[in-house]
Amino acid sequence: MAVKVILPTPLRPYAEHKASVEFDAATVGDALDRLTAQYGDLKKHLYTPEGRIRSFVNVYLNDEDIRFLKQEQTPTKSGDTITIVPSIAGGD
Amino acid sequence: MPIDTSALPRQDVKLSKEEILRYSRHLIMPEVGMDGQLKLKKAQVLLIGAGGLGAPLGLYLAAAGVGRLGIVDFDVVDFTNLQRQITFSTKDVGRKKAEAARDRLSAMNPDIQIDTFDTMLTSANALDLFKDFDIIVDGTDNFPTRYLVNDACILLGKPNVYGSIFRFEGQVTVFGAPSGPCYRCLYPEPPPPGLVPSCAEGGVLGVLPGIVGSLQAMETIKLILGAGESLAGRLLLFDALAMRFRELKVRKNPACPICGENRTINKLIDYEEFCGIRGEEAPVVTTGIPEITPRELKARLDRGDDLFILDVREPHEYQICNLNGHLIPLGDLPKRVSELDSSREIVAHCRSGKRSADAVEFLQKAGFKKILNLKGGILAWSDEVDPSVPKY
Repeated sequence: MAVKVILPTPLRPYAEHKASVEFDAATVGDALDRLTAQYGDLKKHLYTPEGRIRSFVNVYLNDEDIRFLKQEQTPTKSGDTITIVPSIAGGD
Repeated sequence: MPIDTSALPRQDVKLSKEEILRYSRHLIMPEVGMDGQLKLKKAQVLLIGAGGLGAPLGLYLAAAGVGRLGIVDFDVVDFTNLQRQITFSTKDVGRKKAEAARDRLSAMNPDIQIDTFDTMLTSANALDLFKDFDIIVDGTDNFPTRYLVNDACILLGKPNVYGSIFRFEGQVTVFGAPSGPCYRCLYPEPPPPGLVPSCAEGGVLGVLPGIVGSLQAMETIKLILGAGESLAGRLLLFDALAMRFRELKVRKNPACPICGENRTINKLIDYEEFCGIRGEEAPVVTTGIPEITPRELKARLDRGDDLFILDVREPHEYQICNLNGHLIPLGDLPKRVSELDSSREIVAHCRSGKRSADAVEFLQKAGFKKILNLKGGILAWSDEVDPSVPKY
């Protein structure tokens, strides 16, 4: 199942400046694993050393936060979009 | 979710003939009309921050006739602000932002009341400051203040029109709407300090806060009028380079410590500590990081000392100005550390001394013993040694 992972600006430098990447994945967790396998530098920005998604990074499957679905076990289907949305604070 | 401005202890508010003419383009719309314009006139909106977001916010809310605007900002207009903070002119550089903004807004609309609060927003003053306003608009630029604004709004039951930006992306939503989510529902915890750069470090497209701040002004006006659908429960994401808007759902977290079913936060806390900043070493150079000042460096170079200058900035910064250093951007340092000779004395520098302090710390851990951080970076070099080096 081809899913698109959309990367936020702060993380693009760690993924060859790509705005999005596509993977075949069965779950959100699967897609994120493939993402961090391909771009190792992303791992520490997305995950704690214990392997949990960092609390200031939200992951959405289409328009729903995965915290309200099945977390990383949320199943994906072809054409789905996973969006990573970190907390940003700029305003000045 | 309309704001019940009729419940406010304001005097019987009317529009003068001049105001009717001024706002005629509002009045002829059924969605606004006299009722709507009177709601605007009775409304009291507090702007936290008079910078990139605060500028379009202030301008559009003043133009729309919001009866009372409060501006909270303790900062001073800086030359680098003019690239995006459109309430200010070149002649305002050096002035207090809140005052300069007030002058600009009242020149546009002398009929509204503008109150300035030349103070840092803190846990000690936030509740008092917020209580007399109907809507709070978050135009701040740091995590501790955002959590403070959120918590104060939730504790007081006031909506918080939120906007934030980074480089060329923006986020807008409304927190604190009745039965709506709050900032903690979306992001229970902030990132550790240093992980997400500020505008000074990351840069920003000047017009981006103009767009995001205008969206915040739009949401504020809609809340006052009770018109349309607010962004409460929706996070609007804007990617300026792709010119794409996307919308994500924001759900209220039933376990939220401040707006959830079992509130555990009943008063404002120490937000710097919450964000991990208190207890962090000073942002620029820290104890344990060996330093050299620009004057000392110049003296040693003139003497002929064999120093290796390591520049940890980005290539586009090197093009602006450089000290002929060997360029390895900080992010690449782990991969390219083999380019450095640990038997040589290395002086690391960046723009202001922060990134190079990180570089020195990294290299020390990697076993480098002869490593110094240039205190104040190339900015200090320009100030103290060679003013022909441009500052940026």
